[in-house]
Amino acid sequence: MKKAQLVAGLVLVGLVVLAAVVSLFWTPFDPIRVVPGERLAPPSLTHFLGTDGFGIDIFSRLLVGARTTLAVGIISVSLAAVFGVPLGMLAGQAGGWVDDVVMRTADVVYALPALLLAMLLASVFGASTTTAMIAIGVASIPAFARVARAGTLQVMAADFILAARVSGTSRWGVASRHVAPNIAPVIGVQASVGFAMAILAEAALSYLGLGTPRPNPTWGNMLRDAQNYLFVAPLQAVWPGLAIAVAVLGFNLLGDGLRDYLDPRLREVP
Amino acid sequence: MSLLEVRDLTVRFGRHRTVAVDGVSFSLAAGGRLGLIGESGSGKTVTALAILGLLPGNADLSGEIDLAGHRIATLSEQRLSRLRGDVVSMVFQEPMTALDPTMRAGRQVAEVLRLHAGAEAGPARDRVVAMLAEVGLADPERVADSFPHQLSGGQRQRVILAMALINAPELVICDEPTTALDVTVQATVLEKLDQVLDASGAACLFISHDLAVVSQVCDQVMVMLDGRLVESGSVAELFTNPKHPYTKGLVATARLDAVEPGQRLPVVEDFYHPATGESR
Repeated sequence: MKKAQLVAGLVLVGLVVLAAVVSLFWTPFDPIRVVPGERLAPPSLTHFLGTDGFGIDIFSRLLVGARTTLAVGIISVSLAAVFGVPLGMLAGQAGGWVDDVVMRTADVVYALPALLLAMLLASVFGASTTTAMIAIGVASIPAFARVARAGTLQVMAADFILAARVSGTSRWGVASRHVAPNIAPVIGVQASVGFAMAILAEAALSYLGLGTPRPNPTWGNMLRDAQNYLFVAPLQAVWPGLAIAVAVLGFNLLGDGLRDYLDPRLREVP
Repeated sequence: MSLLEVRDLTVRFGRHRTVAVDGVSFSLAAGGRLGLIGESGSGKTVTALAILGLLPGNADLSGEIDLAGHRIATLSEQRLSRLRGDVVSMVFQEPMTALDPTMRAGRQVAEVLRLHAGAEAGPARDRVVAMLAEVGLADPERVADSFPHQLSGGQRQRVILAMALINAPELVICDEPTTALDVTVQATVLEKLDQVLDASGAACLFISHDLAVVSQVCDQVMVMLDGRLVESGSVAELFTNPKHPYTKGLVATARLDAVEPGQRLPVVEDFYHPATGESR
């Protein structure tokens, strides 16, 4: 049962990755070239999922959109982890005023929704995939900092930390050799869940026109385009929506599955 | 000059300045064996942490601790960490939690070597395996390659012993090292500790609440009660002629062979009442 979740997550995530990889080498049609004669074609053998209002093959756009989705997920989660984890570990290990300053700052950033941050960045630097990545990444830093801090506090209370200190390990050595490997599992789970949130945020941003601008396809701006033809060609909105749902579900399942899989209380003793 | 000299050590905690250790003084000669006995909460572990310079940030320390010519309170964190694991080391109470679950046992022992001797990986491994064999592990190679959760409590406690002893420290602090082990394993670990300490000539501060265990390892013993030292002397003296009522209680509870069959077993409260501090 526990493993089924992990496997289902891996399969769904694998599908998204496969779509992105395939799009690098091959798409059935050009994903950005407008073909006025083929507007709003229904699904057929030539256009698996039909065409959109510009006569562009939807399947091709979906494949290419997976690329943006993954890129935004990877970059924003990495950004959040690279800043959030060390900050959380610092707060957890140092305690006192350092802890207060780091965590209260995190609270302030946390109170700022990613959307608002993205609007701010978009209005200053213009809407682009990069602004979306940065906005989502910065907005996710507090979540990583919190998880890392909580993990660090738990690990720091363990006897083996005191044992390491008694053996003459420096504070830095304790952090890198003992705390980091012990909190790695929870960070992995947070990364997976954060990935799902980043995909949703990216879709929302490009739906609002604050992310990747047209003509480059993302699932979010495809959804936005489909909105205009909702009564003429309702299926058009289904495809990107389904893709987003699959990706988010996949990463959430992966996160939950990892949590169960890595939980030491459920680990079998060989 | 003695290896460890503690003078008038007082430790207070937190905003209310709760006294954990109150004016404790003692000294330990190089190669000596000193037992520190008392119930939980009497300040034994705090005393040990003070010697290691590892008291938490909310602790307030007064008095002097001289260890191998260093005044602990005046040392920087960096110089302290060079002393720890090299001049002084500690054996912990809980073998289940004193080893890092993500690190192989051998590497944890090698880590102590690396930190102080700057040993290379190859020769370090040989020394680690030799040390593991010395503390009485039957298959040191396999233990060195195992993660802590793959080892039994007794095996882990020996790995911890190896960590504490591999740099041949001058002082080994043992904080109830056998409390978490069952009695048969306890006896073999104590025997091993005794042998290894003899072989290396290290001094030992042995903390326990069990007078019988202390008497196996130590020749001198101090009794601690509510942060104060109430009695000290040789083990034999303490056993035959305890002076403080609390010590009398401890001795009576440790000598169950003296109890007549059918009689109620003695408890410390028969001799000393904690609330009033009066003897009965």
